Formats: sequence, structure tokens, C-alpha cells
Amino acid sequence: MIEQAPALILLVPFFVSIFVALLGNRFQGICFPLSVLSLIGSVAASVTTLGRVINEGTIRYRLGGWEPPMGIEFRIDALNALVAVAVSGVGLLAAIYSKRAVLAETPDKVSQYYTLFLLLITGLLGMVITGDAFNLYVLLEVSALTSYALIAMGPKRATLAAYKYVIIGTIGASFYLLGVGYLYIKTGSLNMFDIHEQLIARDIFDSPAILVAFIVITVGVWIKMAFFPLHAWLPNSYAYAPTTSSAILGPLMTKVMIYVMIRLTFTVFGSDFAFIQLDWSDIIVWMSVVAILAGSISALAQTDLRKMLSFLIIAEVGYMVGGVWLADDMGLVGSIYHIIADAFMTLCVFLFAGIIFVKTGKRDITALDGLFTKMPLTMVGLLVGAFSLIGIPPTAGFFSKWYLIQGGVASGHWEYVIALLISSLINAVLFFRIIEIAYFGVKPAEGHGHHDSDTHESGPNEASFSMLFPLLATAAALLVIGLYNQDIVAIISSFVSQFNFGVIGI
Amino acid sequence: MEIFEAISAKFNFWIYIIIMMIGLYAMIAKNNLIKKLIGMSIFQTAIILFYVSIGVKDGASIPILYHDQVHPEHHDESHGDHSAHSPSTDGHDSHAAEDRYLPELVVDGNDFANPLPHVLMLTAIVVGVSTLGVGLAVTQKVYREYGSIEESEILEMIKSGK
Repeated sequence: MIEQAPALILLVPFFVSIFVALLGNRFQGICFPLSVLSLIGSVAASVTTLGRVINEGTIRYRLGGWEPPMGIEFRIDALNALVAVAVSGVGLLAAIYSKRAVLAETPDKVSQYYTLFLLLITGLLGMVITGDAFNLYVLLEVSALTSYALIAMGPKRATLAAYKYVIIGTIGASFYLLGVGYLYIKTGSLNMFDIHEQLIARDIFDSPAILVAFIVITVGVWIKMAFFPLHAWLPNSYAYAPTTSSAILGPLMTKVMIYVMIRLTFTVFGSDFAFIQLDWSDIIVWMSVVAILAGSISALAQTDLRKMLSFLIIAEVGYMVGGVWLADDMGLVGSIYHIIADAFMTLCVFLFAGIIFVKTGKRDITALDGLFTKMPLTMVGLLVGAFSLIGIPPTAGFFSKWYLIQGGVASGHWEYVIALLISSLINAVLFFRIIEIAYFGVKPAEGHGHHDSDTHESGPNEASFSMLFPLLATAAALLVIGLYNQDIVAIISSFVSQFNFGVIGI
Repeated sequence: MEIFEAISAKFNFWIYIIIMMIGLYAMIAKNNLIKKLIGMSIFQTAIILFYVSIGVKDGASIPILYHDQVHPEHHDESHGDHSAHSPSTDGHDSHAAEDRYLPELVVDGNDFANPLPHVLMLTAIVVGVSTLGVGLAVTQKVYREYGSIEESEILEMIKSGK
């Protein structure tokens, strides 16, 4: 079993999704437990794999026994093992949350919902562990197609947002495919590691085809991760989708695409090509500065809770893209650590928004009126998530920003450091506004249609256990990730130290 | 004249770029949601064309061995040159096992079109079809919700708060 763990990470949810599709319509009750069980299996497999990677180093798993580079290879090193644990963990927590939410929001499509949900997680996990560039395209489309459908299940506005996402997402994926085509012409290989070896062996880094491949792939991946000028599809999709969909897509889709960017930039093209030969890091760091500021400032203007959080995702994507392109060890460590941390903090705040929406039926932040007395535990969950997004120790968000800022200082990109600090301040303003409304209630001038009877209900009216548990577990995970940051960074460093940026190592 | 040579030598690239731009234009500029999806389909087809065209070689045929090649009663002329791989897969010895079972079989990679891009495109066609299917389903839902598939009308409805 341990030998096969890398494949089980994604095969378990995949096969269970087929079962859910076949049996779910007749026995609606089995959808939820089956999904949760399969994701527990996936988490167990990915944790086992992470343990093996730490002890034994890189794992090379040959799918179906075919030799690479002909067959598809899963090559799992410290980076993807860690991201796989985060992805399957977030998937599990969102699945537990989905129990009530799916019944409340899409009661007539329960089995379809869980089928798509599991396929989405299969696609995302597949992207994380595959070592084959074309296989990555297929899994990218698997996760994209399922996410279109998951978003379109929402109410009126969600449908149009999903349509936009179909169009833009397809452009992104097609660009990626085009870039892979150019790489194939030049190297005759689709295995990521083999492509890199062929590029070195044939010494064709100067070829314009490789440059075109790099540009097209990077732009395609940027579209998929909603990097600032290419972000138009994201806010409405995540704001209007069913709450479970945004709780799974918000944390995972963008983070997995950032993983893909890191993997392609470092493993396929190599750091020498990306940072020394091209030397575009200044421009891209500036772009990420713009992304951070634009995301944060747009978030300030929102009154819809989930839309505000969606704009925060855009700012967070800016953090990570900038961190990678600082061309500094610390920046890259910070970015990878932030993938893990941000997956959990985005999950935390989106779960909170979902609970509020399911409980009150309102999207506005005025729905939070007086929530500290009504739902104290839910608010505790939010507080941890909010502190993490602001960057208050000892939550995970503090440490990821700490590493990113160190990277920015070490590489001399002060504009990036300043943008990070401004964005943290804006996050503080945003979340203290929420905390104020929840603690003191809406001021009479702002409270449209606000009835006194709502605020003065006696006693707490907490969310159900299946919703509260994932929220509090995520909050706990944020603290654990923060407190054990040195161990996580040690794992990440074993990946980062392969690349020589010409800066003093960690 | 140089420009004509540049175009005619790599005409497949020019054609796929032109088709791709037609698709992109339709996706961006058209107002009708179905026409946008048609544009998306054209866009994807252009990439499929690109992949298929890179597998082509002059004078090559489909990569299938005929009966008399596998069971050589009459040894023919194709023995001299022992390059069992297509040029793009140089250096990978995965055909060693095959050679053990068929010691006399010699295949010249230059006689066959490279099948790998074509195989990849079978997958990409499936992906394209399913994307189109999902896109059409979403369009249908848009029509049910808004009663229109003209983007400008829908945006007008959202603005006026219906």
C-alpha cells in the first residue's frame, strides 16, 4: 500500500466519484459519507507520501509501470508532497462543511454536486503530483470543467460569472497547451524533468521557440490563477457560487496554479533561464505590486462579504507571484509557505462567509450584526482567519509575510515590501470593520432594514456542528502551521536549496 | 520575395495563428453568447491543427506495420539503416524489448509520421468537446435565468437590478 500511496492520493477520490455518480441518485444519503471517507483516504495517502519524501527523498512513481519519459511519471519531491497534503486537507474540511450547505443550496442536485466536487479535487491533486506536461493540461481541464459546473449551480448571477469563466479559463488552458507544443517540438519530450534535461543537452535556451513557449505558458497559467490584469473572471464567480464551491475553489484553484507556475518555471525551464537569461524579475515584481494594491483597494470598496474576500485572493496571488520572482531563496520559501498558509486562511474566511450566508441568507457584511453574542464560536474561527490574513503572530499568515518581506529586503525590491505592508494594513481595516459590526452591531445610520428583534435574541444561535467543526479545525490548522513554521520551512528549503540564486542560502 | 519564402516554408504556423486570432476575436468581440462559444471552439481547433501539423514528415505514412514487414518472408531493402526511433524520441531505449521478439524487424522512423502529437490531440479533442458541452449547458442556464443570450441585454438587466 505504501508503495502505491502516490497514485492513491488521486485514485481514491476519482473512483469514489464514479460510485457517487452511479449510486448517488438512488441513495442520496451515501454521497456525503462516501465523499468524506474518500478524502480521508486521500489525506492519509498524501501524508504517508510526505513522510516518505522527508525520509527517502524524491519519489518516482511510474503510472502503470511504464518507463518515463514514455509513460506518465509522478515525481514527488518536498514541494508537491507538501502542497498535496494542503490540497487534500482543504478538500476534506470543505467536504465536511458541505453536509448542510449542499442540502440547503442545491437540494435537487446532491449526487451531481458530490461527483463534481470529488472530480475537482482529483484534478487539483493530479496537477500537483503529475510529472508530465501534457497530463497536467488534461488535469487542468478536468478541474476547470468541474469548477465551471460547480459555479454555475449557484443563483442567477453565478451563471453569467461561470460563462465568463468558461471563456477566459479556456483561453488560459489553450495557451498552456500551445506552450507545451513548442516545448515538444524542440525537445521531443513531455516529461517535465526530461524536457529540462533535453533543453540542457541540446543547449537550445537561446531558441526563440523556447522563449515563446515560456511566455505563452506563463501567461496561460497567470490567466488561470487570476494574476491582476487577467483576474476579471474571479470575483463574481467566487462571490455568487454555492458556498461550498467557493470554499473549495477560493483556497485551492489559485494556489494550485501558483504551484504549477513554480514547477514549470523551476523544473521545466530552470532558474538560470528564468532569472538570469531573461532577467524579467523587476518587471514581474512590479506587476505583482500592482496586483497586490489593486486587489486590496478593490476589496475595500466591497460590501458583499464573499466578493471582498475574492478580491483579497487576487491580492494574495500578487504576494505569491511576486515572492517567486524576487529571485531570492527567502522569497521562494515565503511563496511556497504562503501557498500552504493561504490555502487554509482563505478556506477559513470562506467557510465563515458560507456559514453566515446559509444561516442568514444575506451576502452583505451587515449580516454580521451582533454576531459575537449569537455565534461566538464561529466568530472565534473568523478571528483566527482574519488575524492570519492581516499577519498577526503566531498565525501562519504572519510567518509567510515575514519570509516574503525578508526576501524582498534581501533582493532589494523595496516596492514589494511596501506593497505587502500596505496590503496588510488594508486587511486590518477590512477585518476590524467586520469585527466592529459583529461586536457592536450596525450603526443606526448604516443599518438598512435592521430590526431590533434580530439583535436581541436571547442566547447563542450557533451553526451546526458539521459547519462549525471545519471552521474551527481550519483555525487550529492555521495556528499549527504558524507554530511549526520552522519544520515546514525546513521541508521547503530542501526543495529550494537545489536552485542557486547566487544569494546566501538559508 | 523573402517574406513569401518565410510564409510558405512555415505556412502551417501562419495558418494556425490566423485561425487562432479569428477565434480570439470572436470570443472577445461577439455579443451573442453562442457565437463566443463558436469562437472558443475555433480557437481550440487552431491549436489542434498546430499539433497535428508538427507530426507531419515529407513522404511519411501512417505508423502501422504491415503483415509482410512483421513476418519477412522476402527480405526487402529497408534493412540498411538501424534508426528504430523517430528523430524526436532519440536517446530513449524503450524499443529494446520489442527488438528481442522480432529480431529481423527494422523500422526507419523517417518513413512514418510522428504519431504522438496526433494521439495527444485525440485527448485534446475530447477536452474541447466537453468544454463546448459545458459552455453550451451554462449558456442554456443563462437563457433560463435571463431570457436572453445577448451579452449587452443581460448586462443591462443586471445594471437595472432585475
